[in-house]
Amino acid sequence: MTAGLMSKTSKPIAKAAEPLFTGNDWDFDTIRRIHDACEVEAAALGLSWYPNQIEIITTEQMLDAYASIGMPLFYKHWSFGKHFAQQEASYRRGHMGLAYEIVINSDPCISYVMEENSATMQTLVIAHAAFGHNHFFKNNYLFRQWTDAEGILDYLDFAKAYISRCEERYGHTAVEQVLDAAHALMSQGVHRYPRKKRPDLASEQRRERERQEHGEQIFNDLWRTLPAKADAAKGDPALDRRRALLELPQENILYFLEKVAPRLRPWQREILRIVRLVAQYFYPQRQTKVMNEGCATYCHYRIMNALSEKGLIGDAAYLEFLTSHTNVIRQPNFDDRSFSGHNPYALGFAMMQDIQRIVENPTEEDRAWFPDIAGTGDAMAVLRNCWENYRDESFIAQFLSPKLMRDMRLFHVVDDPDEPDLRVEAIHDERGYRKMRRSFARQYDVAWLDPDIEVVDVDLEGDRRLIVHHKALNRITLQKDDARRVLQHLADLWGYDAVLKEVDPTTGAVLVEHTASARPIFF
Amino acid sequence: MHIVDRRLNPGGKSLPNRQRFLRRVKDMAQRAVRESAREKDIRDLGKDGRISVPADGVREPRFSRQPGTGLQDYIIPGNKTYVEGDRIERPPGGGGAGGAGEGGDGGENSEDAFHFALTRDEFLELFLDDLELPDLAKRRLSIVETEGLRRAGYTVSGSPANLALTRTLRNSMSRRIALKRPKLEEFAALEAQIAEVSEFDPILPELKLKLEALRERSKRIPYVDPLDLRFRRFEPYPRPIAQAVMFCLMDVSGSMTEHMKDLAKRFYILLHIFLTRRYKHVEIVFIRHTDKATEVDEETFFGSRETGGTLVSSALVEMKRVITERYDPNDWNIYAAQASDGDNVSSDGPTSTELLRAHILPACQHFAYLEVGDENGPRAGFVEHRTTLWRTYEALAKSGEPLAMRKVNHRRDIYPVFRELFGPKDARQSAEA
Repeated sequence: MTAGLMSKTSKPIAKAAEPLFTGNDWDFDTIRRIHDACEVEAAALGLSWYPNQIEIITTEQMLDAYASIGMPLFYKHWSFGKHFAQQEASYRRGHMGLAYEIVINSDPCISYVMEENSATMQTLVIAHAAFGHNHFFKNNYLFRQWTDAEGILDYLDFAKAYISRCEERYGHTAVEQVLDAAHALMSQGVHRYPRKKRPDLASEQRRERERQEHGEQIFNDLWRTLPAKADAAKGDPALDRRRALLELPQENILYFLEKVAPRLRPWQREILRIVRLVAQYFYPQRQTKVMNEGCATYCHYRIMNALSEKGLIGDAAYLEFLTSHTNVIRQPNFDDRSFSGHNPYALGFAMMQDIQRIVENPTEEDRAWFPDIAGTGDAMAVLRNCWENYRDESFIAQFLSPKLMRDMRLFHVVDDPDEPDLRVEAIHDERGYRKMRRSFARQYDVAWLDPDIEVVDVDLEGDRRLIVHHKALNRITLQKDDARRVLQHLADLWGYDAVLKEVDPTTGAVLVEHTASARPIFF
Repeated sequence: MHIVDRRLNPGGKSLPNRQRFLRRVKDMAQRAVRESAREKDIRDLGKDGRISVPADGVREPRFSRQPGTGLQDYIIPGNKTYVEGDRIERPPGGGGAGGAGEGGDGGENSEDAFHFALTRDEFLELFLDDLELPDLAKRRLSIVETEGLRRAGYTVSGSPANLALTRTLRNSMSRRIALKRPKLEEFAALEAQIAEVSEFDPILPELKLKLEALRERSKRIPYVDPLDLRFRRFEPYPRPIAQAVMFCLMDVSGSMTEHMKDLAKRFYILLHIFLTRRYKHVEIVFIRHTDKATEVDEETFFGSRETGGTLVSSALVEMKRVITERYDPNDWNIYAAQASDGDNVSSDGPTSTELLRAHILPACQHFAYLEVGDENGPRAGFVEHRTTLWRTYEALAKSGEPLAMRKVNHRRDIYPVFRELFGPKDARQSAEA
């Protein structure tokens, strides 16, 4: 089945004898029928997914799940209780609606659906989560590389048990202090690049041979006549060796502490490890918010339309679906009171629809901008490729089309503290498209969004002072209060003094410097 | 595909998290709770447990960028009139145009208080934490007894539902080992041997006999014998139920203003909440008096007005009557709280003293006298006036009788006075000294 289903040009398919459900009520049998019907459509779209497990939960359980960042089981910590209290309060006062579903990147893929959902909403949710998100989790390169869908629930089970055992043995306060400190450093607890694999002997030999052959091929006696470089450029060998041993500079601060901090006890290291692995598990999600939601929204839109064409859902249900679909993809303008940045659902869905349009009905402009995909005809193949191989930043950099920029009326504003006014740098016109797309993509680049903080050096044989640098991109410094508090936690874990220098990467000048000494709470 | 119905799973999954959270904010929450109790109507205590604590104690710091520093840029939708190079006036309060960018983190951190709701139980727990009932050890706390069942070892007879399986099988196993019941492996080995030897082997009949013997033996020694059976035994035991009665005595003569009655009522309500947390079963007796006392219901007690003189001993006599009729001091924990503006006929003093000393105080767990005054308190410049009743009771208290007395003028003092009366021992003593 191709994309024709959504446009009015496709010829009507004979209506099925009976819709999947009528009215709002559902039972388990209905859910099963809905799932099976969605499965047929998902297969037609060429999706592939982990086996599904659909769990029906109540409002309170949904709030519970919110509080433990969506995971079905999690260790205990006061901050989750705080979030629960917060969310419950705003939910009870009607400030916040609850999500219709939560989906977990695990194998089998668990989707939580609320019992209050009507039958239509259950269909939408199953199409969205159990097939859309599920396909993305299973296929996207970031998730494949960084997360272990099969092992995550077992690991969380272990983590929960381990931490509660620690609480029994060492006391609630001691464990809480380690967790507090670890949570403060959580976003500095991820490996951003896969680490190098240690080469085995065979490949090492092969490489050596190739290197030699290459050397022989490009041999030129002339090089011998060049004067030798002065030795002065070489650094202090002791310092180099130390930094190499400690794998410095190290941007994964939790990893560094776990491996190197001199005074932590083994169970404290294990807790750091747990927090860091959980952070690593969620790292891909932050990088693919637009794509992930876009993929799920696009899939549910296609599936629901297909079901409607076949007469499997009635007109009333279809209208109900359209209502919530349009709510989900609403993007207020910047001068709207409800504007709070870009809606990832809206952006993702718009881009994916746009890709479909480019693939099926390209304009001259599209052919110039996207020669690879314009007019190739198979939108799903292109989209599946996107979902597999891109993250938000690269996806926008590659596929945001001029037409969409015009439709969304995007413009680029620069806020330079040295100037009295904000400046409109670019708008949706010929001169602005590329510039704007580049900056827009950057807004979704985690390396650009997260402060770049790394452990630079420590003299283990001297005063053991830990030196941490923040490369203040565009001279944007850290929030002072929080930076001081986090640094205090860092010093506590490290066990000795710590200093955080905020450095302007262009000039190397130190903008701000924070210091903290370890409090004797862990030892 | 699986469908799992989680709705029936036990709720309160995040309860341990909540407890940890409350423990963390305990001090601050306690302060907030007491603060709110001061202002709020005591009747509504704990109904709406919304409190706020300083956000500092529950802050979760992260490294995040300071908005408004350095060069920032935004891509935003909805351009209508701007063209490249336009200048836009900086919106007030820094930040980016329309609050784009990382507003979320900053918003949370800049909040200086964290609001959340407590359940009634949690509220009262914090509210009445570290208060205690005086002199509990002196008396038997538990009076009315009901029967409960508890485990008490094993028995050889019982209903099948109570069969202790592990115990039974353990017995069976030891019996089987002791009596050398042939095992399945022995049968198997022997049968294998029989199958192996040829039909004409002379050893065959012997083996067959052996097998027969084994079968016979295994039949005679059963796998589970009635002898092995053990049942879980339960025995009844008396379960104490603590119960208490609370006497509210109040002067309702004309000199008691509405304000004074309100103060008294607040005190009674606090006492009631406190007692219900300690005892499963609390009864209240309302006795109002002018120059004669009657036992009334709550509405009349607080609502209706009476005129007449003031004779405190009449109330004490009434209380004594109720105690002898209905509340045997051996069976009940008796608490009494008396509120009055302090007026009494001076000739009544000795009678009251005698009544209290001989009958009331020995029967009571605790007797509190609350003297309610004018809202504006003792007028400035005047030496604090000691009322007739105060003088009477003071003499009693000085002579070492278990009698607590306090003066209250304003409703914000009610709770502190209550805490003084029921606070931890040493604090109370130092307050009284």
